[in-house]
Amino acid sequence: MASTLPVHLRRLEAEAIGIMREVAAEFRNPVMLYSIGKDSSVMLHLARKAFYPAPLPFPLLHIDTLWKFREMIAFRDETARRLGLRLIVHTNEEGVRRGINPITSGSALHTAVMKTEALKQALDRHGFDAALGGARRDEEKSRAKERVFSLRSASHGWVPRNQRPELWRLYNTRLRPGETMRVFPLSNWTEHDVWEYIAAEQIPIVPLYFAALRPVVERSGTWIMVDDDRLPLAPGETPQMRRVRFRTLGCYPLTGAIESNAATPAEIVAELRETRRSERQGRLIDNDEEAAMERKKREGYF
Amino acid sequence: MARDGAGAPAHCSGSRDLLRFLTCGSVDDGKSTLIGRLLHDCALIFDDQLEALERESQRFGTTGGIDFSLLLDGLEDERQQRITIDVAYRYFATPARAFVVADAPGHEQYTRNMATGASTSDLAVILVDARNGVVAQTMRHAFICSLLGIRHYVLAVNKMDLVGFDQARFAEIVARFTEFAARFGDSEVCPIPLSALEGDNVTRRSERTPWYRGPSLLEHLERVEPTRGLDQRPFRFPVQWINRPNGEFRGFSGTVVSGSIRVGDPVRLAGSGRTTRVREIVSFDGPLDEVSVGDAVTLRLSEEIDVTRGDMLVDPRNPPECVDQFAAHVIWMSEHRMVPGRSYLLKIGTRTLPATVTALKYRVEVSSLAHLADRSLGLNDIGFCNLSTAAPIAFDPYAENRDTGGFILIDRLTTETAGAGMITFGLRRASNIHWQALTVGRQERAALKGQAAAVLWLTGLSGAGKSTIADLVEKQLYAAGRHTMLLDGDNVRHGLNRDLGFTDVDRVENIRRVGEVAKLMTEAGLIVICSFISPFRAERQMVRELIEPTEFLEIFVDAPLEECIRRDPKGLYAKATAGRIENFTGIGSPYEPPEAAELRLDTVSSTPEDAAARILDALRQRRII
Repeated sequence: MASTLPVHLRRLEAEAIGIMREVAAEFRNPVMLYSIGKDSSVMLHLARKAFYPAPLPFPLLHIDTLWKFREMIAFRDETARRLGLRLIVHTNEEGVRRGINPITSGSALHTAVMKTEALKQALDRHGFDAALGGARRDEEKSRAKERVFSLRSASHGWVPRNQRPELWRLYNTRLRPGETMRVFPLSNWTEHDVWEYIAAEQIPIVPLYFAALRPVVERSGTWIMVDDDRLPLAPGETPQMRRVRFRTLGCYPLTGAIESNAATPAEIVAELRETRRSERQGRLIDNDEEAAMERKKREGYF
Repeated sequence: MARDGAGAPAHCSGSRDLLRFLTCGSVDDGKSTLIGRLLHDCALIFDDQLEALERESQRFGTTGGIDFSLLLDGLEDERQQRITIDVAYRYFATPARAFVVADAPGHEQYTRNMATGASTSDLAVILVDARNGVVAQTMRHAFICSLLGIRHYVLAVNKMDLVGFDQARFAEIVARFTEFAARFGDSEVCPIPLSALEGDNVTRRSERTPWYRGPSLLEHLERVEPTRGLDQRPFRFPVQWINRPNGEFRGFSGTVVSGSIRVGDPVRLAGSGRTTRVREIVSFDGPLDEVSVGDAVTLRLSEEIDVTRGDMLVDPRNPPECVDQFAAHVIWMSEHRMVPGRSYLLKIGTRTLPATVTALKYRVEVSSLAHLADRSLGLNDIGFCNLSTAAPIAFDPYAENRDTGGFILIDRLTTETAGAGMITFGLRRASNIHWQALTVGRQERAALKGQAAAVLWLTGLSGAGKSTIADLVEKQLYAAGRHTMLLDGDNVRHGLNRDLGFTDVDRVENIRRVGEVAKLMTEAGLIVICSFISPFRAERQMVRELIEPTEFLEIFVDAPLEECIRRDPKGLYAKATAGRIENFTGIGSPYEPPEAAELRLDTVSSTPEDAAARILDALRQRRII
């Protein structure tokens, strides 16, 4: 085989490709969730491999909360243009009218309205019956319990107690009216696998993942980047230039950076070997309560 | 190892392979604690996770100090009830190997989740509490692991600290387990005395078991060589997706599940006898010369043969068996009992098709491995069954290949995954009962009678008016010189089906036999009027699939239950409500109304004569008469 990937990455790659083809073959109207993050970039790369030489048999969907980093949006549009992708961008306009934002509404309400609700709206509006997502089981404890093919009720809820047994690589894709499927082809990947794969396959990602001097302020023990003038500064608080990078990307006021010198995927892989903090440490939305992620997922969050 | 040095999570690259294993055993034997301990001692838990764990241990913990099981029991219900409900997957790596651990639940009611974890594992770590020894659930899990093809076991005798690291106690438990394991075939057992809570023999050998000479758990996991051998087996490639971006390109996408293939090699379409050659192996990274087990690729063939999703491309020298009847072990996973004769969807590889369990040969009583006669399987039961599929399928015995020998059964109405099966061998009945080519066929027989054959299937509650309408329809057809036959409960249950009662299982078999009789009668060219309550959609669907699509009319004779109870022509509702008839439809047993019947006859707002006239109209429209 032409590939020089390590054995375990080749296995993960083949598994993800198999899962995506199963979605294309079994569902009427699938979609791929595209969050612009590193996992989405890997997923997009895998999808191109899965269907080559055919184009992707589904569109991409980005849920835009209007609070993403500006570099993310530029990267998204450039990627869609470069690869000739069908990209759907959806924003919860009702949430915008209500003035929901991460700063005054709080992270929990902002996430519920601008991400969870928005996602449900978009899935309903386009009648998608399956949505591919880049979530991984190593990210979080309740994700570790989720199936690769995860059934959602007509109201998009997840019932963790009543998941279908998922044996071998046989996926039950049957739906009853109104039900939909969330599908996670990267379920068995770790953060480390993702970076190794990005390095080996030279997959383009948002430059925010690489260390650079950026204007930041310290909030709740983490560095928040001042990406535009919507971030209110406390009296006496002045942005300082720090060499930082992001381990995950989301809404900029809710996403903490870490100090780092890692400027290439290989340097990130090396940095991960030394780190003592998990990937989601910078995510302010997960720490609201111990079972925050499971609650959000029950309500329809990815 | 990184755990001795920098203390950082030991992720490493290189060409390490991957070992998938699961932990199982009875409740409270300490499975989650063991994995937590393994990760902790390998320094694979991040600081912020450890801090969260300390917080949660104070809130939910049961062990006093840090409760490692909280790392894995990620669902709220699990943390609050302090049990493992679902399989959790954890990923870790040492310089020697990458690992995927499935942590399986111990409670019997979650056995199906444990089987899920076992289906993809190479090795099972079976925990036993040294104080309790081998218990029923230990044996149950070991047996399920063996059924799912696991050949390597670690018998982890846990909580040795609570029995004073007693060598004799350890030896006693090992002897008991080894004796049991020997009964289900060749397997390799590595017994290890340990304490998950205190870390003895988990990642390094303990000084407290000087009498133990074997490896620590981690040492064993790093060294064990699981026998897979799929690369040596014949080539199998279930076609998953047809890649057809334009008129010129037609490729078959899928994953090689055993063997390997090179450009120019011959391949056969399983079950068809058509053989061709591989013209090109297409991949995003450029054309490939050879691919082998585990690779997801796209094949182009030399000749345009008709291949669709669900077909399998195979080595023509070693093709798989292709049958429509086979024997398999089935693990039942649904709260709705498995009913022989009922139609399920069977998914094997990339193929999904209707199937029925034709016979339950026996149920396995897991703690004794005894074979017991039974009529159906309930949740978590394991049985040995004969199954029949709507068309022949290509398969290999499960023991040779999990991907071409394992299947799931899907409930057609609830769409749940109702069972999982492992094919043992094909039953050669389909290929041995060759159809005698007949000169006079069904069309000829019907044409002689000046009609087309049909089945008029009247379903509805007792008292809805089925018999009255059926009788009127037959009288009118007879008067018009048509050849008919009427099947109803009276003429069937007193003869052909007098061995059947009114349980769900018997009702299904009753309808199955009626369906087969009706089918024979359509082949004789008759218009067959069937009048049966037939309360379950699945069985009506099964009959529909037996009969030619143009010849089957499902007719819903519809009257509300209250109206039927008021009419009560045979006095049956009175008896049922008085508790003198069990399982009476509408009272003690459900009726599932049709969702897409060809005709719906409302017998409250219209007369039986009107209803009969509508049926005759429908027959004329379809040119049956």
